[in-house]
Amino acid sequence: MYAKGYHDLGTPAASGAELSLKIALEIDGVPITVPVGTSIMRAAALVARDIPKLCATDTLKAFGSCRVCLVEIEGRKGFPASCTTEVAAGMKVRTASEALTKLRRGVLELYVSEHPMGTCPDSSRCELESLAAAHGIAESRFAGAATPRHVHTPKPVDASNPYFRFDNDLCIVCSRCVRACEDTQGTFALTIEGRGIESRVSASQQQPFLESECVSCGACVEACPTGALMEKSVITAGLPQQSVATTCAYCGVGCALVAEITDGAVSRMVPNRNGRANQGHACVKGRFAYGYATHTDRVTTPLIRKRITDEWREVSWQEAFAYAASEFKRIQAKYGKDSIGGITSSRCTNEETFLVQKLVRAAFGTNNVDTCARVCHSPTGYGLKHTLGESAGTQEFVSVQHADVIVVIGASPTEAHPVFASQMKRRLRAGARLIVIDPRAIALVKSPHVEADYHLRLLPGTNVAVINALAHVVVTEGLTKEQYIADRCEKESYEKWKRFVADPVNSPEAMEKVSGVPAKLIRGAARLYAGGPNSAIYYGLGVTEHSQGTTMVMGIANLAMATGNLGREGVGVSPLRGQNNVQGSCDMGSFPHEFSGYRHVSDDATRALFESMWKVQLGSEPGLRIPNMFEAALDGSFRGLYIQGEDFAQSDPNTAHVTAALSAMECIVIQDIFHNETARFAHVFLPGSSFLEKDGTFTNAERRISRVRKIIEPLAGLADWEVTVGLSNALGYPMNYTHPSQIMDEIAALTPTFRGVSYEKLDQLGSIQWPCNDRAPSGTPTMHVDSFVRGKGKFYVTAYVPTNERTSSRFPLLLTTGRVLTQYNVGAQTRRTANLAWHSEDRLELHPHDAEARGIDHGDWVGVTSRAGDTVLRVEITDRVAPGVVYTTFHFPESGANLITTENSDWATNCPEYKVTAVQVVKVAQPAAWQLRRQAEQSAPVD
Amino acid sequence: MDIGRLVAMANDIAAFFDSEPDKAVAAEGVRFHLARFWDPRMRREIIAHANAGGAGLEATARRAVELLAERPNSPNQSK
Repeated sequence: MYAKGYHDLGTPAASGAELSLKIALEIDGVPITVPVGTSIMRAAALVARDIPKLCATDTLKAFGSCRVCLVEIEGRKGFPASCTTEVAAGMKVRTASEALTKLRRGVLELYVSEHPMGTCPDSSRCELESLAAAHGIAESRFAGAATPRHVHTPKPVDASNPYFRFDNDLCIVCSRCVRACEDTQGTFALTIEGRGIESRVSASQQQPFLESECVSCGACVEACPTGALMEKSVITAGLPQQSVATTCAYCGVGCALVAEITDGAVSRMVPNRNGRANQGHACVKGRFAYGYATHTDRVTTPLIRKRITDEWREVSWQEAFAYAASEFKRIQAKYGKDSIGGITSSRCTNEETFLVQKLVRAAFGTNNVDTCARVCHSPTGYGLKHTLGESAGTQEFVSVQHADVIVVIGASPTEAHPVFASQMKRRLRAGARLIVIDPRAIALVKSPHVEADYHLRLLPGTNVAVINALAHVVVTEGLTKEQYIADRCEKESYEKWKRFVADPVNSPEAMEKVSGVPAKLIRGAARLYAGGPNSAIYYGLGVTEHSQGTTMVMGIANLAMATGNLGREGVGVSPLRGQNNVQGSCDMGSFPHEFSGYRHVSDDATRALFESMWKVQLGSEPGLRIPNMFEAALDGSFRGLYIQGEDFAQSDPNTAHVTAALSAMECIVIQDIFHNETARFAHVFLPGSSFLEKDGTFTNAERRISRVRKIIEPLAGLADWEVTVGLSNALGYPMNYTHPSQIMDEIAALTPTFRGVSYEKLDQLGSIQWPCNDRAPSGTPTMHVDSFVRGKGKFYVTAYVPTNERTSSRFPLLLTTGRVLTQYNVGAQTRRTANLAWHSEDRLELHPHDAEARGIDHGDWVGVTSRAGDTVLRVEITDRVAPGVVYTTFHFPESGANLITTENSDWATNCPEYKVTAVQVVKVAQPAAWQLRRQAEQSAPVD
Repeated sequence: MDIGRLVAMANDIAAFFDSEPDKAVAAEGVRFHLARFWDPRMRREIIAHANAGGAGLEATARRAVELLAERPNSPNQSK
């Protein structure tokens, strides 16, 4: 079922090199000119002569099976299907006639024999019933003798999926769901099984949806023209009365969504088909897992307490603001103005993030502000800024459709960025080649109709060794683009880098001993990448969360520059950001050393600009980063912290160290939608608001700024930006915004890359990729087109430096971490949804050889011990991991994954080295004592 | 702050710049990084540690901290 109000044009827009060729024709006497390759159906819809259809929809290639969309064409015999017939010059098409109506009625009656009128939960949104009614059909002459309703064998409804159900009796076997699963999602979980009248849609091998390969993206549900596949929420709540366009609050793809509302509540979320980032697609999280926003766990009243051992006390907003402000002032009076700080959140909007850093710099009077992006993509900012000149990815997502070679490094897009993964898989099915660089056999290595040409299965911690070896091949085999480099890069830095990577110590053969990757694979992959002609690199936290995270980002940029793979569509260096607004939180001046737009606090001119606007003197020295704040808390020089939307105690490494630091502080103010692990150490709890409850913008991984729109009132009465305003006012630094659009106006006034951004323009354009200014008033889809932002691209020497985290006889295995599709980060949102049906606990992946050596069976409890701590997880034995490597997710606090990760961090940014921890794994009888205590606490009855 | 942690961080930074054959350039790279990204109290403490013998500091890091003592503030430039 389409989004409410959506006008489906029947077939996709024409594509290809000849788009500029236009065809003029007439449809029912109405002249129209469309690009060559356009279907008659689409052309007709564009002049409001919509042709009846059932198997066609504009997100899927024409199929031509339903025979409802027949038309007459002057001078041609018969009645061609308008979905599969392309327009031709001078064509005269008739969409309605007595003969056409008779043909359509006959076909529709056959369909109605399978799906009688009035059987859909909502007939008005059923395309078949609407169409049949429009053709005057009340019942079918072809209903079967055995049953008046159907001629095929009835089957029970499949309600196994928590979000939608499949009623086979309403299915007309149009194959839209099957094609959506193949073309849109790329999973190939659905098929048509059986023959003739017994043909039926089947998930995998006639399995219930939940037990099948279905990833619950919902593309099939949206594609279904009847009520056969339908959201349970729609069946329960009824038809939507209104809809609001907004942006997903999960991963960095930043899908454009349409929230449909029934009786004031969200009854359905569907992808916006005009969404440039997601191209009309969504995933199981964005489409379905929004129920957390109204979960009973939501905290909706401000809370305070003197000591963390006290009970929380409910107070008014004003009392909470006054208490927090008085505590921060008391601490600063006693320990100095730099004894407090604040944390912005990549989950919150640009406007909220900007306000928090403004509050810290202007109201607190310190630069002790940092963001949770510290622990994920801070090396991206540093590495790309230094090499290319801008702390951001270079492409837009649709660029991948022009890539000939795709390189995925340290990322698992099908799990963490599933909607972009679907776009990537579409390109791979069309013939692009694939190189995967990852310790694990991620799904892209081999899945239906996708297989990597090269999987460089390196040891965790050896990324830089591999990127240098790839560069060695490119340089020593003469695969560099010398003219491109001469035109666009610093000569001296290039020559130095070239000498460095050409050194035999960086050869694939030498580095094989370090990385474990066979030299011949490195050589083959390097040649493939360099040959392109369009080669694009996509990377994730498997690149950044290392002691050499920044070095690796620089190494990637070096390789892209050396092969001329920057500055046009189909190429580039694209970080896949973990959270919805990682890019935005970084852009907004959340780092302690820089203002919005990545300008250092020591820059007098920039500081003067902000001082003039904010009417306050600002500090010129960098403040503390998150891990530095913990260290300073433990030494007593840092005593107070305002945290918006971040859960250090679960998400940061070495939990024991973090909790000791949190315990040492005198005032922690948490702003969040749920009590989280960090709230156990807080003194003030300010209820946050979900993305449904506020206006603002998110900036996704492709620098796309998109609107978030308020759909319901904030459950606690205030949106997050209003909370920061309240706190600032209580501190005596007035903020007088009445709408987030005013905050964006201030951002635009202070930030050159946002100069042309406004809510009005966002409403006009739908979304904008920064830089957006006088030179690029509609934004910048591809960066570094004619030259690099920094002027000349700069190569950096990237020597491989082994991590300090080594295996030993005590800790012989290397642990690395990641995500699964259905859960999200620390799970605060997804653990409070029905996504638990797919993934209800974190497990440790262990190779069969390592399991056998330890006497461990699938499903056993295992103790995982590192130099930092220990925890207990249930084990999954799989060869997705190599011998010597183990892997887990970190979505559940009771897993304690970060009890075992260490404090090692990236040399440049202090991004933690989550991806390499030496551990031992042994079989145990049950979870650890603390885990059992926690389970008991959580299962205890609540009064 | 935990001086051992600061020393380890300084050494990690130096390990990156140590690929530079000219050790003076490498040390200046580390100093620049410390001045640009370290909070003043961290800089004060690593300088004090270096003045007290600098136990644990690798050669390039040690030289960088000496340079930092001479020029401890953030550079006023926007690159």
